[in-house]
Amino acid sequence: MSTEARKPPAQIALKIRRILGGKAGWNGVAVQFAFAAILGWIGYEIVSNARANLENQHIAAGFGFLRNNAGFDVNQTLISYTGSDTFLRVFVVGLLNTLVVSVVGIFFATVIGFIVALCRLSPNWLLSRVGEIYVEIIRNLPLLFQILFWYLAVLAALPNPRQSISVLGIAFISNRGLVIPRPIGESGFEPFLAMLALGIVVSLGLRFYARRALFERGQVIRIWPSVLALLFGLPLATMLVFGLPFTFELPQLKGFNFAGGSRIIPEFVALTVALSTYTAAFIAEIVRAGILSVHKGQMEAGSSLGLSRGATLRLIVVPQAMRVIVPPLTNQYLNLTKNSSLAVAIGYPDLVSVFAGTSLSQTGQAIEIIAMTMGVYLLISLVTSAVMSVYGWRVSRSLGA
Amino acid sequence: MTDIASSSFVRHDLVNERPAPVKTTGFIGWVRTRLFNSPTNILLTILGALLLWFTIVPSVKFLMVDAVWSGQDRAACLTENAGFAVGACWPYIQAKLPQLIYGFYPEAERWRVNLALVLAAVLLLPLLVPRLPAKGLNAGLFFFAFPVVAFFLLHGGGIKGFGLSWTAGLLELFDDSITGAGNVVLNLSKTSAMAPLLWIIGNLIVLVGTAIHWLVFPLIWLRDQIQGSGQSVWADFAVTTAVVSLIAFVLGGGLRTGWRALAASIATFLAIAIVIKLMGLDHGGLPVVQTSLWGGLLVTLVVSVTGIVTSLPIGIALALGRRSTIPLIRIFSIAFIEFWRGVPLITVLFFATYMLPLFLPGNFTVDGLVRALIGIALFTGAYQAENVRGGLAAIPRGQGEAAAALGLSWWKTTSLIVLPQALRHVIPNLVNSFISLFKDTSLVSIVALFDLLGSLRASFSDPKWSTPSTAFTGFAFAGIIYFIFCFGMSRYSLFVERRLNAHRRN
Repeated sequence: MSTEARKPPAQIALKIRRILGGKAGWNGVAVQFAFAAILGWIGYEIVSNARANLENQHIAAGFGFLRNNAGFDVNQTLISYTGSDTFLRVFVVGLLNTLVVSVVGIFFATVIGFIVALCRLSPNWLLSRVGEIYVEIIRNLPLLFQILFWYLAVLAALPNPRQSISVLGIAFISNRGLVIPRPIGESGFEPFLAMLALGIVVSLGLRFYARRALFERGQVIRIWPSVLALLFGLPLATMLVFGLPFTFELPQLKGFNFAGGSRIIPEFVALTVALSTYTAAFIAEIVRAGILSVHKGQMEAGSSLGLSRGATLRLIVVPQAMRVIVPPLTNQYLNLTKNSSLAVAIGYPDLVSVFAGTSLSQTGQAIEIIAMTMGVYLLISLVTSAVMSVYGWRVSRSLGA
Repeated sequence: MTDIASSSFVRHDLVNERPAPVKTTGFIGWVRTRLFNSPTNILLTILGALLLWFTIVPSVKFLMVDAVWSGQDRAACLTENAGFAVGACWPYIQAKLPQLIYGFYPEAERWRVNLALVLAAVLLLPLLVPRLPAKGLNAGLFFFAFPVVAFFLLHGGGIKGFGLSWTAGLLELFDDSITGAGNVVLNLSKTSAMAPLLWIIGNLIVLVGTAIHWLVFPLIWLRDQIQGSGQSVWADFAVTTAVVSLIAFVLGGGLRTGWRALAASIATFLAIAIVIKLMGLDHGGLPVVQTSLWGGLLVTLVVSVTGIVTSLPIGIALALGRRSTIPLIRIFSIAFIEFWRGVPLITVLFFATYMLPLFLPGNFTVDGLVRALIGIALFTGAYQAENVRGGLAAIPRGQGEAAAALGLSWWKTTSLIVLPQALRHVIPNLVNSFISLFKDTSLVSIVALFDLLGSLRASFSDPKWSTPSTAFTGFAFAGIIYFIFCFGMSRYSLFVERRLNAHRRN
């Protein structure tokens, strides 16, 4: 007579209870019902009040207004836009302006941030103090304060176009903004672009092949001369064959303003300067913390293996620091993008300014417009956090392997 | 013997003195090792010195040397009148100082603002010094009593009833809303395809509404009686005191252990009564000052203090909700937090200014300042939730399990064991959030509230003071104020962090 192990009791009821109510069980289910009822009640109140209020103000709910004529001008547009275009086009124009100021701001913020971080890490006492003072002052002043400072104080104090400050005789800074030469495409433009793209693709392929060769066969291939030739020699050769890809149209002072060249509006300059210097202070702290997080022993171990200082930094310190730096750095990029909405304070035509500002006051469609604006920023941040979680997953996988 | 002697070498004269080693201590040594130890470093030092020379010297020159210190209007700050290249125009700040601090708050009533600021400082300072006792009482006064007192002090006005009237009013509103919803569903049932189902649901909701109506009826009757009597505030106050104290007594353990709770409750109400009597809230209180007249540093401080006080409870609730195992609550908390963290504050303020009034009943208008405050509280609450969650995650599981083993309920485990430890862990993060909140308050100037920055910007357009250096002077002054507040808070956060990590220091 063999004794068989008893079957465990059926856990299905327990599992259902756990799924429905969490650890609190049926109490949890009851709490959820109460919570859902409260949410439903609040939702009902909101919907019924909004409906009544909109009826009182004679506003038709819905997105139909997007097809109406906007009827106002925007002073910086990347795509063609006139006052007779629709509100939908205003939305796109504003979105593109937001993206442009964010990308330019992110570029400069990264450059300044890394420079300041290197200053702060420098063994030179004076330079590290200079970096520290920069970070402390910038971080402890509101961003809006800095934007207004650049716009209302610094840029307004610049001379008028006739006495504008010339940079090497090709760019001019005045209180009307920054005027820079405008590139004009010539006959050699398309082949130049094609060759440049080809050069980049082939260089990437070469790098991939060289790394494969290094990891699989231990064969070291020196690729930088060919990469250099591909990236610079090839386009140069194309230029010789097909002629110049583009020429620059220099700005000329005519009367009271500049003719020719492209003008960057002062709002853009103020916003970019403020956003990039402000975010740079935070990036500097992140980079500094990242580099300090790599243990000193790593550097020593690298040099004891006979690697040069540069190779130790490149192969050992920076990859480990990057793992610490990248997630908060992305966060700062996201913050910069969100902070670019402060453009509304100085009238730079970004999404919030032209869409949630001007369009809202013209149409009164508060719910739709604010929902769309919030939706854009929400989408950007959700996509970024999704990308970052993929990155985190890859990093943890490469650490585990 | 001899060959050894001939091969041996004995030195007869002294070796020449070697030069002293390079000094590495003292000021000279420090300069040598930290500033001039290599050609690159010498170059960098010169670069740094040049940078400082071209920023610090002009700033000091602008703020002090070239500044104009007295005058009546812009004429004093013009180069041709002063006779030198004018730097900061301080008479402009002197003239605009009341506007920058109080906004358009009536001059005769400004003592109220000063009093509120002094009260805040008196309550806040002992809270910040870790060595002082009675943190619980102090925190309670600052976070609960002070906001109410400050409201009646700054805004003015009195009260018509007390706890009972407010409860009755709220319940009445709630009841009306439920009955209204039931009637809407009943109306729908006349036209809808699912008529019977909707009819049943509608009648059910109306039934619930009626039941609540009968339940709260005695309360409403009592309220009407009290409002009809001459001393409505004091009668209501007495009833509320009696009811709340009785509840505290019973919940505190009745005859056995409830006396302490009873005493605490009566003492609290006594304090409230004194405040009501002192400020004359029972007969109108102080004259009302509309919030549209508030401005300057006052608005900055009101917005940031309110944000700090309201965002913390929201943050704690959301953080607990996000860690809860109950699915709906967790999902709601995550969605709520991620939503507010994903959008910029300025769109939140637009939402609060333009969208929120649409969501409220038509006869219910919310003050512009309060709308901005609601937006900021929700926004900051989501950020605080993530901070608090970090602290909750840092508490070892064993703490909660030990509490459960002692037989404590979830509420007691959370409020007595887990939260106090978690909050202590994250004080530096909370203070850092407060710094960014303080900086972010400047955004309210975009939705037509005149905080410090808004007042500053408004003062630029005064033709009486328009000179080339006005804008720089104004920004220098406001910048110094912002810097003092933010830098002070960040130093405090560092101090707390160092204190908390004292055991880890080596």
